Amino acid sequence: MTYLPNILFAIVLITGIGYFAKNVKKLIRNIKLGLDVDVSDNKSQRWKNMVMIALGQSKMVRRPIAGVLHVIVYVGFIIINIEVLEIIIDGLLGTHRIFSVIGKPYYLVINLFEILAVLVFVSVIIFWIRRNIIKLKRFWKKEMTSWPKNDGNFILYFEMVLMMLFLVMNATDTQFQSVNSGNIISQFITPWFSGMSESVLHTIERTAWWLHIIGILIFLNYLYFSKHLHILLAFPNTYYGKLTPKGQFNNLEAVTKEVKMMMDPNIDPFAAPAEDTEPPAKFGASDVQDLNWVQLLNAYTCTECGRCTSECPANLTGKKLSPRKIMMDTRDRLEEVGKNIDKNKGVFKDDGKQLLGDYITTEELWACTTCSACVEACPVSIDPLSIILEMRRYLVMEQSAAPVELNNMMTNIENNGAPWPYNQMDRLNWKDEQ
Amino acid sequence: MSELLKVPTMAECMADGRQPEILFWVGSAGSYDDRAKKITRAFVKILNKVKVDFAVLGTEESNTGDVAKRAGNEFLFQMQAVTNIEILNGYQIKRIVTACPHSYNTLKNEYPLLGGNYKVLHHTQFIEELMKKGRLKIERSSVLNGKRITFHDPCYLGRGNGVYEAPRTLLKTLGVELVEMKRHRKSALCCGAGGAQMFKEPEKGSKDVNVLRTEDALETQATIIATGCPYCNTMMTDGVKAKEKENDVSVMDIAELIAKAQDL
Ligand code: SF4
Ligand code: SF4
Repeated sequence: MTYLPNILFAIVLITGIGYFAKNVKKLIRNIKLGLDVDVSDNKSQRWKNMVMIALGQSKMVRRPIAGVLHVIVYVGFIIINIEVLEIIIDGLLGTHRIFSVIGKPYYLVINLFEILAVLVFVSVIIFWIRRNIIKLKRFWKKEMTSWPKNDGNFILYFEMVLMMLFLVMNATDTQFQSVNSGNIISQFITPWFSGMSESVLHTIERTAWWLHIIGILIFLNYLYFSKHLHILLAFPNTYYGKLTPKGQFNNLEAVTKEVKMMMDPNIDPFAAPAEDTEPPAKFGASDVQDLNWVQLLNAYTCTECGRCTSECPANLTGKKLSPRKIMMDTRDRLEEVGKNIDKNKGVFKDDGKQLLGDYITTEELWACTTCSACVEACPVSIDPLSIILEMRRYLVMEQSAAPVELNNMMTNIENNGAPWPYNQMDRLNWKDEQ
Repeated sequence: MSELLKVPTMAECMADGRQPEILFWVGSAGSYDDRAKKITRAFVKILNKVKVDFAVLGTEESNTGDVAKRAGNEFLFQMQAVTNIEILNGYQIKRIVTACPHSYNTLKNEYPLLGGNYKVLHHTQFIEELMKKGRLKIERSSVLNGKRITFHDPCYLGRGNGVYEAPRTLLKTLGVELVEMKRHRKSALCCGAGGAQMFKEPEKGSKDVNVLRTEDALETQATIIATGCPYCNTMMTDGVKAKEKENDVSVMDIAELIAKAQDL
């Protein structure tokens, strides 16, 4: 019977990690629904970006307050979680604080953990105040109601509770407190429990210990359903992020092929099409499967921080467009498609819906000035603009559904090489005008 | 002051059997838009003054396709690109200078994959180069000395291609007091014209983008808003009008400021 806690622990651990692994598999499958794109170039630059932007958080600190707090929570959270390793070993073997055998350094490290725990706790409270009391504008936009809004707060509560559990666990560990080292913070919490019997203290300590590890497993599994997925995906996402100048948009290869054929004088325009020509490619994107997999990875990585939207000229002037919403819509639709595939034994069954229209409206798409402010602002290298462009391509090339003025503009370019109805022969007239 | 501009075309150069140092890509706005044509002329005055050996394509130039691409018409863009590249390559063009950041971005970044490889410079970069090489001396001008000027970063020059300093260096050389708007360089706000917005009515909202951007500029108390893009120029000019400040604040391209300062 003495092995019962160990077995129970193993079951909890395996269930927690197993369920997480299952969701990771689903995540990868969904991302792979996107079109292929070659991102095998410039490996060294890509590694550098990942180290600087994801690990070094170089873009976070552009907004100093949020940036510094975020670095504290991030570093603190990761370092404190080293403790989880000890918890796992203790849990499986039935030992208690197994790493303490190394003596002094162990207690030094625990001191550090305790200090970090307090820093994280305080930072998280400030985050909560910014969201809920100060009500920073970017957290209160239209797309930030219901789940996205709660999600942001849940995570903050989660971290508060986890940090608290860690400190209480230390404070009620009489053996640990009696060493009187490594308890730089928790020694001040111990008095809260004074007067309690040894066994009650032990129960509290054990409860905190269990809740701590269970909490972490729940947190791990919560990630998939949350914008908090960015703590994992920020790494691949910054690696695969855009390397070319922000002003440069990709050229569509399928179009290049057609243009080359049209311009080639050796090709007989009246010849019957060859038998084996592949079906014509779809130009642009109307649904998530038309986007490339990096764009889908972008969607899962979005932290919903709204930095993009708070710098978007369209959004700042009251238009419907919000680059954050573009990313959230893409993710929501991708999730919907993924669930559809799960339900229909691995194949997608047409559900009469798509990203264009059902999630993102043409009004939003046409409001974009392609200014790249969103791309510049994103702390995890997301490119909402590329999705907007891909959907405009679909509207124009597949549906001829551009606004009338734009159609006129394009007709002018076709006819006389300028967006206005002027004669090409007048192109040099400026020379002699005053 | 109103002497005729010397504007050789590539066809003429070819006939004379010579290859000019640079091609000046005028762009559609610079060729047809009344306000932008003044910028074009100002830049040519500078080129003429320094006796830069340049040429234009003239009637052989066609729209770069930038605006079509950003509107989503990749097909039209590539048709335009391929046509232009054929002409540029036919003349064996190596270096291009343009006063339009949209042309700059498209020629520099989006033409290479379609077979057009050129060294492309924005006119502020080229003027800076003339200065550094000692070909052009910009004197502190009495007309502009000490004037409060703010510079509006064009998206496709700044964020789009990381060119922030060349225009600022030129302004400082003129001896003006350069004041920055609260949003500048990487976080500059768009003027509202990009992405084909120039050619359509804006979507419903609470304000026009150019008005918001003009408010940024007016906040600095500058008397001149300097621009480096014909579209920005139009947008900011309209914004100043919307704010009824056209008597106090003028909108000018950097080339115009330099031409003015040098009394060209
Ligand atoms: S590129 Fe478009 S979506 Fe992004 S900030 Fe500019 S206007 Fe907004
Ligand atoms: S796209 Fe980037 S900047 Fe915008 S909300 Fe998502 S993470 Fe934040």
